[in-house]
Amino acid sequence: MRGSMRGCRMTEAASLQAPRRRTTAQVLVTIGLAMMAVLVVVALFGPAIAPYNPTKTSPASLDGPTMAHWLGTDSIGRDVLSRLIVGGRATLLITFVAVAISLAAGLILGLASGYMGGAVDLAIMRVLDVVFAFPVFLLAIAVVAALGPTLGNLILTIAVVYTPTLARVVRGPVLSVKRWDHVEAARSVGIGEFTIAVRHVLPLVISPVLVQTSLTLANTIFTVTALSFLGLGPPPPDPNWGSMLAEARQFMELAPLTVIGPSLAIVFASLTFIVLANGLRDLLDVTAR
Amino acid sequence: MSEPLLRVRDLCVTFPARRGRPPVRAVEHLSFDIAAGQTLGLVGESGSGKTTAGRAILQLQPPSSGSVRLLGSEIVGMRSAPLRAMRRHMQLVQQNPYSSLHPRMTVARILAEPLAVHRSVPPRQIAERVAELMTLVGMDPSVVHRYPHEFSGGQRQRIVIARALAVNPDFVVCDEPVSALDVRTQAQIVELLQRLQERLRLSYLFIAHDLAIVRAVAHRVAVMYGGRIVELGDAAQVYQTPAHPYTRNLLDAVPLPDPARQRDRLAQPAEEPDFRGHAGRVGPCVFGKDHAATDTPAWHEVSPGHGVSCCFWPPENPARR
Repeated sequence: MRGSMRGCRMTEAASLQAPRRRTTAQVLVTIGLAMMAVLVVVALFGPAIAPYNPTKTSPASLDGPTMAHWLGTDSIGRDVLSRLIVGGRATLLITFVAVAISLAAGLILGLASGYMGGAVDLAIMRVLDVVFAFPVFLLAIAVVAALGPTLGNLILTIAVVYTPTLARVVRGPVLSVKRWDHVEAARSVGIGEFTIAVRHVLPLVISPVLVQTSLTLANTIFTVTALSFLGLGPPPPDPNWGSMLAEARQFMELAPLTVIGPSLAIVFASLTFIVLANGLRDLLDVTAR
Repeated sequence: MSEPLLRVRDLCVTFPARRGRPPVRAVEHLSFDIAAGQTLGLVGESGSGKTTAGRAILQLQPPSSGSVRLLGSEIVGMRSAPLRAMRRHMQLVQQNPYSSLHPRMTVARILAEPLAVHRSVPPRQIAERVAELMTLVGMDPSVVHRYPHEFSGGQRQRIVIARALAVNPDFVVCDEPVSALDVRTQAQIVELLQRLQERLRLSYLFIAHDLAIVRAVAHRVAVMYGGRIVELGDAAQVYQTPAHPYTRNLLDAVPLPDPARQRDRLAQPAEEPDFRGHAGRVGPCVFGKDHAATDTPAWHEVSPGHGVSCCFWPPENPARR
């Protein structure tokens, strides 16, 4: 039986792997998790850590880096570091919530599609293809223009846009796992189809999904900041990385730190998830890349 | 006479045509009975439809026609809820113990699942019953919190058997239950299956390609070829007086334990007989009967309880009567 052989190979592959690659993967995952811890702390306790009120203006505009303002002040005298710390909160909140929604939707749709097959599969996949065909920004601009630039709309748009990718990553392995022997064994024992799908198929397709989720988080950071940069993000005066960049751009030559600060924050955040995805991929041995 | 535990009549499985190829008739007009506490051995070469037959009997593969009656109820075409309840009486032991256990579930959970689904014991007694099952298949109940990969092939097959027996079935399809194991373990598992049969009065459909093992376990033997049963009889009848040329061919393929004689036999290879399908042909069959004209099944009793099909009969090999 072909399916069964594949089952063996998958479990044994991890132990046959070169130990060096495994160590690198473990280091990568550790670094990724540490970076993510920094992000989570900033997102949760931002206002408490920030040295100043991020929306309080002062006469000292575009002040260079001083001991009082490590990254200087922006065009209306707000502390850039404080805005960076508090601004991470909105960006990360949108990112995490949106990806959580698309992960949930992707798991449900991908599992239903792959497991049931036939007409259900065809219907779900065609609808997702349509969504997939939309450029992210076009759809986001359309939704935000139509429904208003609220936090909820932004989250929903991003969630919808990334659902097809995750659904596909779930569906693929489900197609193969559902033919494995232990699934037939479960059916012959008399277990219901829903339980089989959730308990006997889903846990075995989780590794590639974890990797893809991590990559999606990195992409979403970019998408959220880009939309905010274009003015489609959460409304001012609350800070976020995208709109900070947009405001600071015109004074780039006078106060370069106001641009470099948010840029580095964005790079750091997306790098976190890319490092994590790479580490997870090697650690969980997802050979499809 | 009361109805046997399992009665299979004219079971057919046809896989639909694909890309211009004709439909595949995997199983055709399978008919046999299995009495309580008895084993029917099903032998045949790869691709003869043995596994499909087993899956169709358990309704894991919907049959295209025919009837399967278990404990007096027709299970072909049964709705899914009553069928799932019916699965309490019929279980499956698969070939490959390395793939038939959920790799991320502990043995305790694997064995508890069927108990919970069929509510065969109250939730509080599940742990107790799991331990009992482990003892039943000759394993130490203290290892139930381990995962399948921590066990050897033979141990895993014991766990698979324990799972099948969890709900006290009456009938178990053993689909090549030992062919993935090494020879010594094979003997242990076969012995276990026989012991369990005596103790629990189980009926087996024992699918295998190893004729020696089937001879050891089966009361009756069915020989399959090309999706049909070509010979069916008591084990002794089939092994000692094989009536169908295919059965003779299959028995001749068993290597002789004497190297010198085996070498002699291989030196002059027997000509491969031509077992062509003879279904639906007109005119008299090898036994001199015209089934198409008289509308009778292509089946001939050579002695009481020992029948043979006139299909797949090479033309140059007339029936020995």
